[in-house]
Amino acid sequence: MDNLLDSWGLTVATFSPLVGALVMFLIPKEKEYEHKIIALVTSLWVAFVGFMLLIWFDLDATEKLQYVVDKSWIDAIHSRYVVGLDGISLPLLLLTVLIVPLCIVYSWNHFPDPKNPKTFLILILVLETGMIGTFVAQDMVLFFVFFEVVLLPMFFMIAVWGGPNRKYASLKFFLYTLFGSALMLVSFLSLFFLTGAESFVFSEIADNVVAHTVSRTAQLWIFGGMFLGFGIKVPMFPFHTWLPDAHTEAPTVGSVILAAVLLKLGTYGFVRIAIPLLPDAAVEWAPWIGLLAVIGIIYGAFCCLAQTDMKRLIAFSSVAHMGFVMLGISTLTDFGINAAIMGMVAHGLITGMLFFLAGSMKERYHTLEIKRLGGLLVQAPKMGWILGFCAMASLGLPGLAGFWGEFPAILSAYNPANGLPVETFRTFMVIAALGTVLAAGYLLWLLQRSAFGTPKEEFAEDPNIYDTTKTEWIAWAPLLALILAIGIYPNLVFRATDAAVDASLTPCLTIDADKSTHEEIESAHCSEVYGLSDHGPDDHTASKG
Amino acid sequence: MIELLAATTSSLTSIPLGITQEGNWFLQNAWLIPLIPALSFVGILFFGKRLPRGGSELGIAALLAVFLLSICTGFAWMDHRDNFHGEEISQTIINGEHGEHGEHGEHGEHGEHGEHGEHGEHGEPSLAVVNTATWFVTGGVEFSVGTLVDGPAVMMLFVVTLVSLLVHIYSTDYVAGDRRFTHFFAFLSLFSASMLLLVISENTLQLLVSWELVGLCSFALIGHWWEEKDNSNAALKAFLTNRVGDMGLLIGVTILFFASGEMIPDSFGSFSIATTNTLASSGLLSHSTLLIAACCLMAAVMSKSGQFFLHTWLPDAMAGPTPVSALIHAATMVVAGVFMIARLYGVFFEGFSIGGSSINLMALVGGFTTLVGACLAFVQRDIKKVLAYSTISQLGYMVMALGVGAWTAAMFHLFTHAFFKACLFLGSGSVAHSVHSFDMKSDMGGLRKVMPQTYRTFIIGSIALAGLPPFAGFWSKDEILVGTGGWGIMGGTNGNGSYTFMLVMGMITAALTAAYMTRCVYLTFFGEFRGHGNPHESGPRITIPLWILAVLAVFAGFLNLPKGFQLVPESLQERFGHYVEPVAGYFPKISHATPSWSLAIISTIIVVAGISLAWNYYFVKVEKASKESGQSLTELPDGLTTRLTIARMGHTLLVNKYYLDHLYTGIITRAVKEPIAELTYRSNQEILDRTVDTVGRTAVRVGQLNYHKIDQKIVDGFVNASGRISSDSGEELRKIQSGKVQSYAAILFAAATILAGLLIVIV
Repeated sequence: MDNLLDSWGLTVATFSPLVGALVMFLIPKEKEYEHKIIALVTSLWVAFVGFMLLIWFDLDATEKLQYVVDKSWIDAIHSRYVVGLDGISLPLLLLTVLIVPLCIVYSWNHFPDPKNPKTFLILILVLETGMIGTFVAQDMVLFFVFFEVVLLPMFFMIAVWGGPNRKYASLKFFLYTLFGSALMLVSFLSLFFLTGAESFVFSEIADNVVAHTVSRTAQLWIFGGMFLGFGIKVPMFPFHTWLPDAHTEAPTVGSVILAAVLLKLGTYGFVRIAIPLLPDAAVEWAPWIGLLAVIGIIYGAFCCLAQTDMKRLIAFSSVAHMGFVMLGISTLTDFGINAAIMGMVAHGLITGMLFFLAGSMKERYHTLEIKRLGGLLVQAPKMGWILGFCAMASLGLPGLAGFWGEFPAILSAYNPANGLPVETFRTFMVIAALGTVLAAGYLLWLLQRSAFGTPKEEFAEDPNIYDTTKTEWIAWAPLLALILAIGIYPNLVFRATDAAVDASLTPCLTIDADKSTHEEIESAHCSEVYGLSDHGPDDHTASKG
Repeated sequence: MIELLAATTSSLTSIPLGITQEGNWFLQNAWLIPLIPALSFVGILFFGKRLPRGGSELGIAALLAVFLLSICTGFAWMDHRDNFHGEEISQTIINGEHGEHGEHGEHGEHGEHGEHGEHGEHGEPSLAVVNTATWFVTGGVEFSVGTLVDGPAVMMLFVVTLVSLLVHIYSTDYVAGDRRFTHFFAFLSLFSASMLLLVISENTLQLLVSWELVGLCSFALIGHWWEEKDNSNAALKAFLTNRVGDMGLLIGVTILFFASGEMIPDSFGSFSIATTNTLASSGLLSHSTLLIAACCLMAAVMSKSGQFFLHTWLPDAMAGPTPVSALIHAATMVVAGVFMIARLYGVFFEGFSIGGSSINLMALVGGFTTLVGACLAFVQRDIKKVLAYSTISQLGYMVMALGVGAWTAAMFHLFTHAFFKACLFLGSGSVAHSVHSFDMKSDMGGLRKVMPQTYRTFIIGSIALAGLPPFAGFWSKDEILVGTGGWGIMGGTNGNGSYTFMLVMGMITAALTAAYMTRCVYLTFFGEFRGHGNPHESGPRITIPLWILAVLAVFAGFLNLPKGFQLVPESLQERFGHYVEPVAGYFPKISHATPSWSLAIISTIIVVAGISLAWNYYFVKVEKASKESGQSLTELPDGLTTRLTIARMGHTLLVNKYYLDHLYTGIITRAVKEPIAELTYRSNQEILDRTVDTVGRTAVRVGQLNYHKIDQKIVDGFVNASGRISSDSGEELRKIQSGKVQSYAAILFAAATILAGLLIVIV
């Protein structure tokens, strides 16, 4: 078992959905039930493989890539099929394999128009392959391929099953992110050529960046390309405008997958590729990333306050939440990046859940215009409670998952990595803290207007507004339980990420200049980017005085 | 240079924290106390509706259990305080250039734990019992969760469990038949759990977590009847105002985390309360850092403990059921801010330089709040609002006491206030239960005859609040006044400084408090009944808790008779202070004021004067006017406000609550909600989004133009970016779109390759 998992586990997890999709492709469209069963079984199988991967994962060595497979793939362009799993990928992989079956269960009885479960489910499975592949790929070309595989199914999902403005939204989503990907590819290619590496494998490129010292300017430009590519996907202010449209128009399940997993591809890219490969450039870029992150936090919150549509409000809240994630990343500290991964998982669970709720409410009220809602707690008390729970989780209430993404991110901004301007980041910290107030504002106002009070006249006697159904419970219960479990015991995530994140950062970033001797700092061989060389005793005094 | 650096970084010393891991079973297992109500919350939530008494029995059983546990813990602590000779834990720290300062920073005095011979001003050291477990690890730092059991913690455990238990019993009658009876008890349990977790928090992170959880319970219980917009508005206001303060808490905790981390080898931060406090109290942390941290934390205190100018949520919070007002918004949760100052006193004491000064932010905020709150209590019609403003005023007293260095006095006032204020609130609930209204002017009056039990307990509570000897409030208030340091004429009291200004504010508030409580008592219980229906006395489940609290309101003051009080033997003096005030490394060296007879006499005279003035107005003049007019009046028809313009203006200002609500809700909140948010969103749509669209469209146009000229055959591929797709059917759309997408992709990748080439050539 162990051996089988070692050599095949990740590959099976990645490609099983594709196999399932192929089988479904061969079955005629009319056999809807068979399609649903095949899709569910496939996704459950993948979830099972994911679970086995977790069981056999060595949690004491999360910094090491595990289940590594290294095979030659496209020799012509020096690309190899390298997959592996470490503590950074693990939580995101598990999130993916969890969300997909829940989405399939949720859509069991209500596929959005124009129905056609066959195509819909095939698209979800293809998406799953793309998402899992992105999280396990350890080669730039492979990563890029998976990263792009995700685009098309999502594009179709929005374009075919979406809301009234779906064509505009889907095309915008597709082109915008493709534009980012193109720049990312440029960066990958130039990095490969400039380092003169033998392959596109991350670890090799990283070694070559250190050894061959790619010029500072080149590094900065390359990082810039990646920044745009990943930043658009996150999405960071000011590249976020595709997101509200895509979310608003996407079918419920599409929104859930988009929020829960797709946005994480961007932040994951920063953590996995941009920062470990180009740490020096990251130091130069970090203050700007941090700035955009905190602008995103405040800006997203203000946009939320102006929304009249519940789904669009949740979409904008993603901009604000991903701001916290990016703030954590921009500190370049172990602490901050751990917070960011926690933030990704928490946002995936919570915002995914909120989109589920929005979908179910839309089904009942046939509108999500906040003005017309009200009294959900009267007509559908359980659903109202769940909405309250998720709103609280989303605003970062301690004891629920969201808090452990937000607070550590704020905390880490107080003391960013070496070479980053401390005062600037402390200002960011204060602004981000202000964001928590605004978050409470828009979420509670939403809760007040939709769940509290008495139902509006037009819906008061509506028999369509029934409480949570069994299918909904099955789809939601795992998410709700995880939000609570991670909230109470955040080590569920930190346990996996901590060592891995630490290993992904260079010692120059993490060394404690205040407490290390001059020799220790010298021996780390850090360039002047980190501002360590002039850390004499005077600084030591100043920092405490 | 290098040698110097090596010298400063390599020398490590250890500093005693005043804590120990040993202690008897109750002190070691205090974590059970929050756990039991937490389990009862889950139990009530899932099974409450199926139980014969709707889950209330689970809540009461849980609270009874933790009340008994708390009592045992209390006795265990008293034994531990007097007889413990175990090992003290020390923290290794980097002894940098602050080393010398640290040496004579007199922490060495308690360093040798074996020395129990010294009986200085501070008495024998008391070692807090700490028990921790790892919660999670991130960034290589271990975050723990645990319990810190010492005097203030044990005192709070007692207060919280007792008041909570009584409120549970009271509620079984008060909210009987409520539409969300079970939900109510579930949240009472969750609140108790969170509050108990808060008071035994071992570190600031845990404090922060429970701090927000009690806020959540407050939100849920204020909005208990959320069908009405006013109630949910009040709940939102409470939560959001507290969030504003919590910003300060987040930042303050962060600053302290890194500040203590700088002193600890192999770690970049520490949340431990004992460590942070010890480092702060022994002068090892920089003053400016502590000042900033203390100011940030002060914001949190201002919101949670209703200090001016973040107090406005507290009166609105009275929208919740009355037992909630008594438990959460008077006796326990709102004192969390006061407790937090007391917990992190090392930080505040050093940060605000409380010792030896005559004014500081905390004392000022507290002093001002007592006055502001007391003035507002005069103009309320709603009996609960009178009590709410009174709570604000009394919380101000506590904060002021902490601000002048009278730590024990503040804790003692917290202790006594919890009883008499809970008694008053529950009394007002008992009244409202029978007259179905909280409006003193239109629906009450003359109730002393029909509600004798409630009347008597309310009177006892009022006297205790007003502070007449020998009721509880007198002793604690007097200690606070003494703690300000007194002023020359009456003989200095050797406090931590000379906070004469605070003494004056405290004295004025004492008079005001006496007066507004007299007004409140008159309007409720005297005159003739102005309401409708037949009011009657409440049942035993309401009156018994009232009497228990009333008895405590009479006798609780004797627990801390002043030192040198000649009428009792020395062994009965300052018992509360002895057991509650820590004498340990984590607590700053504060000096204690000497009690003064003259001050006690003067303050009593002032209270009597306040009562007499109000008495003269209500019991004499209004009573007479009522008799003449034949109806039960609530004020004189030709009072000051009708005769004097300035009095009328003052009255208007008070009725409008200093216009603070207008500022917050009408101006700030509305500005954020409407113009600012709208503007942001508009700019999002009009600027950012339009740019994207324009870029897209232009690109398509350029493409179209080129292709038209270069090759007519490929024209079809590009269509307008806004999409002019005719068919809705999935299959057809798919063909068209995928065709288009392929072209886009091809172009983009070609462009990418070219760009990559360019980049390589250029750089």
